[in-house]
Amino acid sequence: MARRRSRRPGSMWRSTLLACLALGAASAVAQDARKSGFAYMGPDTQAMQKDDLANPGMLSALDGEALWNAPAGASGKSCASCHGDATASMKGVAARYPAYEATHNAPVDLAGRINLCREGNQQAPALPRESREAIGLATYIGQQSRGLSIAPPDDPRLTPFHEQGKALYTQRMGQLNFSCAQCHDENAGGHLGAAPIPQAHPTGYPLYRLEWQATGSLQRRFRNCMAGVRAEPYSYGSPEFIALELYLMDRAKGMAVETPAVRP
Amino acid sequence: MAARALINIPKGAKRGDIVEIKTLLSHPMETGFRTGADGQLVPRDIIEKFVCTYNGEVVFSAELHPAIAANPFISFTTIAMDSGTFVFAWTDNHGETQVQTARIDVA
Ligand code: HEC
Ligand code: HEC
Repeated sequence: MARRRSRRPGSMWRSTLLACLALGAASAVAQDARKSGFAYMGPDTQAMQKDDLANPGMLSALDGEALWNAPAGASGKSCASCHGDATASMKGVAARYPAYEATHNAPVDLAGRINLCREGNQQAPALPRESREAIGLATYIGQQSRGLSIAPPDDPRLTPFHEQGKALYTQRMGQLNFSCAQCHDENAGGHLGAAPIPQAHPTGYPLYRLEWQATGSLQRRFRNCMAGVRAEPYSYGSPEFIALELYLMDRAKGMAVETPAVRP
Repeated sequence: MAARALINIPKGAKRGDIVEIKTLLSHPMETGFRTGADGQLVPRDIIEKFVCTYNGEVVFSAELHPAIAANPFISFTTIAMDSGTFVFAWTDNHGETQVQTARIDVA
């Protein structure tokens, strides 16, 4: 049996939204009631995520593994030349990003950290965000934290960025004038048309989204939600997205990494 | 980058066992009906045929069409007969074929 294309394109999500401005009953997400998006999926999609030989996100992890070992740039070095076996050296790394980068006086996300090594250490051009290569490496590195707890760095330099992320998360935006929190805190567990509203935990990224028919980043997901409320999405790697990512990782502290997850 | 395939078959089986085979190929399955950012049609790039042989004999084949999602996942069953090799071949609309093999030991 072959999979069919998703019948739920993004444009429908948007029109459903217009029709459903009255969302379900309010229920703030208590710390101990946290649930991964996995819990809101149907059994078929859960089975796809759980089986490494059916989970298409594993194809991106394989891309990443090949790149990890391939020499690139003027240095002629591969990631492995310096970092060795990723299953040891990259264990737990994705679980503690974004992290503060002193040379930037700002946090960097994992994709940004990989590009710092591409440019600075490998002397190779930065990988474009969301390219097959960039997603592959981030997926392969993320996979090395699978099952480990999200453990944001305890770094006071990150506090102002956490606060910025929280402000963005609770700020109304777009023509439909919704904040992330209105859906993901106040109406988590409810529905938006046919789609269950998850609590927006960043546990599975990069992940394979059936609607994308591809593996994509957390920031791609943010852009979908922003377009859904008809807001102008921030760009990939923008300080706003890194702050949002930081806030969501803090909010999901202790939850298990699922990379590469599958989502509808 | 090269296309990648994941193949799941039992390593061993008893003669007469029904074995399940699952295959997952990385492929865009670009329909040829979509327009890109420049307004031009994105050329069709799909797998059109999948064939699995077991010790040289075709045990499963399928024709694929543009309505099949990216990264086609195909699963089917066959009966374990002799130890040997499964050959999986995916052919695209440009006539290029990607091949992968897997071994099975039948007791
Ligand atoms: C109008 C409601 C709504 C708003 C506003 C909204 N989202 Fe979402 N979000 C959803 C729905 C519904 C999904 C589930 C995806 C689907 O099936 O379409 C989702 C999914 C997500 C996920 C994926 C979680 C997972 O398990 O992988 C994240 C992360 C997320 N949203 C973050 C945000 C952020 C950040 C904002 C604010 C910039 C935001 N969302 C605004 C409705 C919303
Ligand atoms: C020439 C050696 C070298 C190469 C090649 C290299 N790195 Fe690094 N990498 C480092 C060093 C050194 C650090 C520590 C941070 C720093 O000082 O830049 C680091 C840090 C990192 C980190 C952060 C680790 C952490 O614990 O926070 C990641 C992720 C990473 N590298 C990924 C990669 C990837 C992916 C590649 C290949 C595309 C790569 N690196 C290539 C030397 C290298």
